[in-house]
Amino acid sequence: MTSPLPKPIIDLKGITKSFGTFQALKGIDATINEGEFFSLLGPSGCGKTTLLRMIAGFEMPSSGTIMIGGKNMAGVPANRRPTNMVFQSYAIFPHLTVAENVGYGLKTRKLPKAEIAREVEQALNMVDLGGLGARAAHELSGGQRQRVALARALVMKPKVVLLDEPLSALDKKLRDQMQVELRQLQQKLGITFILVTHDQEEALTMSDRIAVMFEGRIAQLATPEQLYRRPVDRRVASFIGVMNFLDARATGPINGHLALDIPALGSIALPSAQIPEGLDPGRLNSIGIRPEMLTILFDGNEHAEQVARGEVTGTAYYGDMTYYSVRLPGHAEDVTISMRNTAGRSIVPAGSTVPVGWGADSIVLFQ
Amino acid sequence: MLTGERRQGLALISPTLLYSLLMLAAPLIMVLTFSFWTQNYLELDTTLTLDNYREAWSKPIYSTLIFRSLKISLIVTLVTVVLAFPIAYYLSFHVKQRKALWLFLITVPFWTSYLLRVFLWKVILGYNGVLNTALKGLGIIEEPLTFLLYNANAVVLTLAHAWAPFAILPIFVALEKIDRSLLEAAEDLGDGPVRRFFRITLPLAMPGVVASTLIVLIPTIGDFITPKLVGGTDGLMIANMIQIQFGKANNAPLGAALALSSMLIVASISAVIFLLGKRFGGKVQ
Amino acid sequence: MKSALKSLPSKWLAVYAVAYMVFLYAPVILLPMFAFNDATVISFPLTGFTAKWFGVLWQTEALHGAVRNSLVVGLSSAVLSTVLGACAARAAARYRFPLKRGIMSFILLPLVLPEIIVAVALLVLLMQLGMPLSLVTVVLGHVLICTPFAIAILSSAFQGLDQSLEEASFDLGETRWGTFRRVILPLVMPGVVSSLLITFTISLDEFIIAFFLTGTEVTLPVYIWSQLRFPGKLPSVMALGTILLVLSVLLLILAEWFRRRSARKQGIEASATGGFA
Repeated sequence: MTSPLPKPIIDLKGITKSFGTFQALKGIDATINEGEFFSLLGPSGCGKTTLLRMIAGFEMPSSGTIMIGGKNMAGVPANRRPTNMVFQSYAIFPHLTVAENVGYGLKTRKLPKAEIAREVEQALNMVDLGGLGARAAHELSGGQRQRVALARALVMKPKVVLLDEPLSALDKKLRDQMQVELRQLQQKLGITFILVTHDQEEALTMSDRIAVMFEGRIAQLATPEQLYRRPVDRRVASFIGVMNFLDARATGPINGHLALDIPALGSIALPSAQIPEGLDPGRLNSIGIRPEMLTILFDGNEHAEQVARGEVTGTAYYGDMTYYSVRLPGHAEDVTISMRNTAGRSIVPAGSTVPVGWGADSIVLFQ
Repeated sequence: MLTGERRQGLALISPTLLYSLLMLAAPLIMVLTFSFWTQNYLELDTTLTLDNYREAWSKPIYSTLIFRSLKISLIVTLVTVVLAFPIAYYLSFHVKQRKALWLFLITVPFWTSYLLRVFLWKVILGYNGVLNTALKGLGIIEEPLTFLLYNANAVVLTLAHAWAPFAILPIFVALEKIDRSLLEAAEDLGDGPVRRFFRITLPLAMPGVVASTLIVLIPTIGDFITPKLVGGTDGLMIANMIQIQFGKANNAPLGAALALSSMLIVASISAVIFLLGKRFGGKVQ
Repeated sequence: MKSALKSLPSKWLAVYAVAYMVFLYAPVILLPMFAFNDATVISFPLTGFTAKWFGVLWQTEALHGAVRNSLVVGLSSAVLSTVLGACAARAAARYRFPLKRGIMSFILLPLVLPEIIVAVALLVLLMQLGMPLSLVTVVLGHVLICTPFAIAILSSAFQGLDQSLEEASFDLGETRWGTFRRVILPLVMPGVVSSLLITFTISLDEFIIAFFLTGTEVTLPVYIWSQLRFPGKLPSVMALGTILLVLSVLLLILAEWFRRRSARKQGIEASATGGFA
């Protein structure tokens, strides 16, 4: 998806921001590439919106530099930056029509009327609002407002489009649909999008890369797959999807492998390629394993690399999936196991003792 | 950015603030200073002295006027707020449509010239006035009633009329803010309409009641038109005396001392009402 | 049974509300009655219909001067207090700054200060400054008491203004001034007009401050006050009052219409109580 030789468009170096005694950002370094769909993901108050507003020019960093397209943005106000924003509230000008809203910035550029009209119509077609230019702002539905806000930003042909939780005001179904549309539009146009969101699912499905932020710092910057499969710490792991944490310790290296003792599951040797850089095996204290990486073995024919035994303590039925709570020996908290409800597979009742299959490559190490 | 925001905010409000400082703070400080000076016929003696306050607080005529003003203002406030509450309640809970129209109709009489409104009450309450004529015509009375005009009752009635919209609006706003599901919750938990009113509605409406009490009480103390037109000699209030001191009597320092004394009393009563309301209304807002 | 219990207070409240409205309108109804009554004495029974008192107004030179003065005072007070009110309302709605609450309460203080105190205080200051009393001094006083009303009306207009609208305009390349002209001004304009109308109406009706601060040239209420002493002048005063009432109500309706339009423009439901909420 990203071009083979990524060209940086935004370079953030050592960005900090304080509001009085509160430190909103504590040193952000990141590079965002041309044509990339980049997400800032984190819980509320982690500083992601502040960072986005800094790139837009609404906030100035306390220290550090922001480069956009190779130019230092220090002292450059929002109205002279090559970025355009889709606001969380959409900020549709209520006294203007759809076309006037979309053409707002072009009028500022003093383009001829005919050209503005043409560009506006093009932008509206792009977001499937062709022919609605004459509508008053208050006649629009939530989804339409979102599209107008997007068209208004795109018509400016910015180097970077900034999106501040653009889907949070929409209902679930519309949100899912807009996720797909936004992603397709971005790929078609090849413009860099930076999305701020607290919804991990949204970030995973749309982004090329994601920066997960906690308390003013980037905890991990990686592709969605890397984030899900190899989270760097327990916080990231539990913020993205569901993760079972189990006590573990390293018992020593054995011919290029790391021997692990996991009391709840058993012992295993992990290929050293799976050990993250910078992890000190001596300080290793737990492992993580995703619910879908654990399997309840329904009959003896199913194969698993390793097998442990557990007792089902509860089930939750989700239609396509069933989530089991399973107690493993020597582990206080129940683990969660998700199983696809395929044909002929019945639900194991609580109280049953079941074999639980697992494997080395699904294990994530934490210290 | 924060310091920038602070600067911009202060810069923007500075014209208004400056105006208030020049036209409100400075004059009030001037009045305060004046009250410690004395008037020697045509000249002002600028030696600081408490003589004016001594005179204001010791001479029976002034203390009588101050206490009568207080009494009348408190009665006016009580009457106005008590009369206003049911209207505000009716508007908020029983009028479903055209609330705005009702509110508009309530404010219209307020926009009649104040002087003429007071004067018209004189016409209504007078010896040959509308009320007496009507009552005589209906055969209820034989001689015109004389206790209607030129006394404290007339002042109370006229002021209660003048301040009605000011009493209704804050209470209405407070009632409108009450989440209706709270009332349903109270009913669901077993309260009847009366208990519900005293346990939920009234405490939550208290900020509005306190606001309207203060909005009516404070300015009525300072009114001198109503007492002059309908009050007779029994209905004269302290504001009339202040006006006389600044006018005919040409003793502005004494007038200033009277004005500040009555303001001080009103302020302390207001503070008491405010605290009482807070106590009764609980931790609302 | 239960619904019967419920409707009982409702019915009595409705009766009370109507009685209350009669009380409110009693003096107001009399105004046009006596204005069109063919008698020099203000009392019942009415004797006949006439419009001659309006004619008398037309011929009273002193009245025309007072009307002119009131218009000048009203217009000046309306413009000045709306400008000052807009500054304060905008600052309060948009910015955080030190002592904000204190400063705002101080500016709004004239709302709860007895007018006689305001009038007397200004009088004392002007006396000390040696400034002669004139229409200018009346305007100074009226601006002081009108500004809080302007703030109350304009606050709702400025508060309804989503800050991201300004940011969006800025983000789309517009300057600060351009943003003010293209976004802020059109959105608050109805509020501004409404404020102008209300403050004009307040100034037009204000008596106490005008009474203390007016010089040789009097405003309309001060003129009316001087006429109340002459029984012969009363019917024409009633006619004048009727005209003022109709004018005030028209201005109010206009102001309310503008306020609602402002709210509608911003896509919010106009609250029934306007700026007082």
